[in-house]
Amino acid sequence: MRAVFFLTALVSVLAVLLISLFLLVNGLPALAKIGPLEFLLGREWSPSDVPPLFGILPMIAGSFYVTATALAVGAPIGLLAAVFLARVCPPALYRLLKPGVNLLAGIPSVVYGYFGMAVLVPHLRGSILSAGILLGVMILPTMTTLAESALRSVPESYYEGSLALGAGHYRSVFRVLIPAARSGMLAAVVLGVGRAVGETMAVIMVAGNQPRLPHSIFQGVRTMTANIVIEMGYAAELHREALIATGVVLFVFILLINLCFSALNRGNT
Amino acid sequence: MNVFDIQELNLWYGKFQALKDVSLTAADAEITALIGPSGCGKSTLLKTLNRMNDLTPDCRITGSVRLRGQDVYADLPVNELRRRVGMVFQKPNPFPMSVYDNIAFGPRTHGVKSRLALDETVEKSLRSAAIWDEVKDRLRKSALGLSGGQQQRLCIARALAVTPEVLLLDEPTSALDPISTGKIEELLLTLKKNYCIIIVTHNMQQATRISDKTAFFLLGEMVEYDNTEKIFSLPRDKRTEDYVTGRFG
Amino acid sequence: MKKKRLKNKYPRKYGEILLGAITWAAALLMTAVLLYIIGFIVYRGAPYLKPSLFSPTYNSTNVSLLPALVSTVYMTAFALAVALPLGLGAAIYLAEYARRGHKVVRLIRLATETLAGIPSIIHGLFGMLFFVTYLGWGFSLLAGVCTLAIMILPLIMRASEEALLAAPDSYREGAFALGAGKLRTVFRIVLPAAAPGILAGVILSVGRIVGETAALIYTAGTVAQMPFAEGGPPLIDVFASVRTLSVHMYALTREGLHTNEGFATALTLLAVVMGINAAAAWMAGRVGKNRS
Repeated sequence: MRAVFFLTALVSVLAVLLISLFLLVNGLPALAKIGPLEFLLGREWSPSDVPPLFGILPMIAGSFYVTATALAVGAPIGLLAAVFLARVCPPALYRLLKPGVNLLAGIPSVVYGYFGMAVLVPHLRGSILSAGILLGVMILPTMTTLAESALRSVPESYYEGSLALGAGHYRSVFRVLIPAARSGMLAAVVLGVGRAVGETMAVIMVAGNQPRLPHSIFQGVRTMTANIVIEMGYAAELHREALIATGVVLFVFILLINLCFSALNRGNT
Repeated sequence: MNVFDIQELNLWYGKFQALKDVSLTAADAEITALIGPSGCGKSTLLKTLNRMNDLTPDCRITGSVRLRGQDVYADLPVNELRRRVGMVFQKPNPFPMSVYDNIAFGPRTHGVKSRLALDETVEKSLRSAAIWDEVKDRLRKSALGLSGGQQQRLCIARALAVTPEVLLLDEPTSALDPISTGKIEELLLTLKKNYCIIIVTHNMQQATRISDKTAFFLLGEMVEYDNTEKIFSLPRDKRTEDYVTGRFG
Repeated sequence: MKKKRLKNKYPRKYGEILLGAITWAAALLMTAVLLYIIGFIVYRGAPYLKPSLFSPTYNSTNVSLLPALVSTVYMTAFALAVALPLGLGAAIYLAEYARRGHKVVRLIRLATETLAGIPSIIHGLFGMLFFVTYLGWGFSLLAGVCTLAIMILPLIMRASEEALLAAPDSYREGAFALGAGKLRTVFRIVLPAAAPGILAGVILSVGRIVGETAALIYTAGTVAQMPFAEGGPPLIDVFASVRTLSVHMYALTREGLHTNEGFATALTLLAVVMGINAAAAWMAGRVGKNRS
């Protein structure tokens, strides 16, 4: 039986290998045909032109801008909310708020997308700002939950030590507990970044999806994830391979983000 | 001169009465030791002096605690009280920041911004705690890299940096080796000239070595309070005698 | 010695008030956003929750969500049927058999962590390349099920392993002392003790599946039909293309004609998710009680 359990445990290793293998085998040829530099740094994405142009710089920039906006919106609120839950919230309120945070995490991305289409898009159009605000809300619970547990793992003796020196409650929390939980809180933000970069459906519904380099956050953009979903339905041959190669680039970004995350988490323990 | 004046202090955790009618005074330039078996209320009493017991839910007190005539539960803002009454904990608890920032945290909290004044305070506090020579070359490094004994002296220095009038120590050497313990006892004897020191200790030899007055607690009651010499040689109460001669506890 | 005391002033009092204010404000803002989203979906969706929305077949007049709802149930059940045995087996290996810190164990953990961090669109791409194209299953229930199973595998593994490790060693020792074998101990003693924690992981996974869209569009496809074979229920056609509720909602926005029905569907989906969340919270509560 030990062998059977061992084999089931290897399934996740196999899955990661297969995912990497199939993405690379199907995506790399396009990278070779188009040329890595033309692909990664090309400013034009127009698959129907003759000859077609496959530059994904606009999409990389799109993912970047949308994620940065989402962080600017979500990180301060998410981290402060974590401080609230861990060190400020009265227990009775906590029993209401904590399930609320979990619910926020459980709302499907399409539902967020509907909300964004009806509430944000009429005012801000499909733009970086719309997508950033919506994503900022979506990554809140991820960051809050992780940052809260990082704060809770700080020894109580730091807090007591600070109070004993005459520091107030909030000064003790902000000047002693938060610095002590710093790497865990940073890891929470990094995980939020990972979520934001990988988010697809909600972004498609509010980002405008124009494949161009934006000049302001009021302009529409297309993210890497959106590019794949929007065009995969009708793409063929090199176009299709270029979309898979977009997935490869996304995959590499995500792996790097995850690497940062585990490095920070290890530093914490 | 009496710094702390405690009158008929009762304290409850929920329904459990942890202190019963405790009356006690502690004077400047003296070390007062609180002894007694675990759970006798000596640490609880210490916490009422700088109101760290505020953190315990369901904690209720009656009676009065006065610091130089001011009622600490009525006349003094709690943060001001804690600045004037420093505390050192059983387990050294330096913050996870540099040695310098650990010491500077208190003064900064109370509004000291000038670089010069902070530098001066840090050096003075570290010198007073007899640890300056050991850390002067690593002020910018994390305080968590120090040994346990050094950490505890750092915590004493940190408490001194906000110029308190009283130092409360809650079994400050119970987590340390004998050499570190010796250094801290020596330090306390030097510091006593300028401070009113109240120390909770499990170690009766420690009480005899350093304290001027000793109070013996049992089950929340202060059984006896007198000069240390008297407590250990001619106790008036049978229970005190049993405890100091090692018959229970 | 001259005693230069710090003066009794409160330069930090306003700092305390300010920090307190921003902390409360953040929590209030988050609560307000949550209530606004839920309120908005209810407000927009409730008026359009009509019986026709639950007709057995979908057409562009009734915009029925029932086929999608039924497909969601099957998709969830099958994905769990694949992932639960695998995840549980892996967790049992890691918690009961593996030597900590061994190379292979570290590799398994690394893979699980990686898998957990992969965004659903990448899972979808892989599912399309492997199950749909390479294995030739086409857009199908089966391809969707397998893709989702890989996606939730790390969730189930982590929850199960934590639950197994939380079962006290005294249980194991007690069973061994009675002469029970390793396997019997695991299945009869440790697993039942860990059941609530494992179930909590399962409920979380159900939430993930129900909310998933990006991983399904190019694996299970978007056909709005029940997953039944020609003989009708209970026969299932695992090679039929189906859409789940989330995919259904996305498909509706592409057509742009049925926004109201879309919101009604969103409300239904939200209700399902809230139910799942409540179940998870209840389970987590039970786990907490068991431990204390």
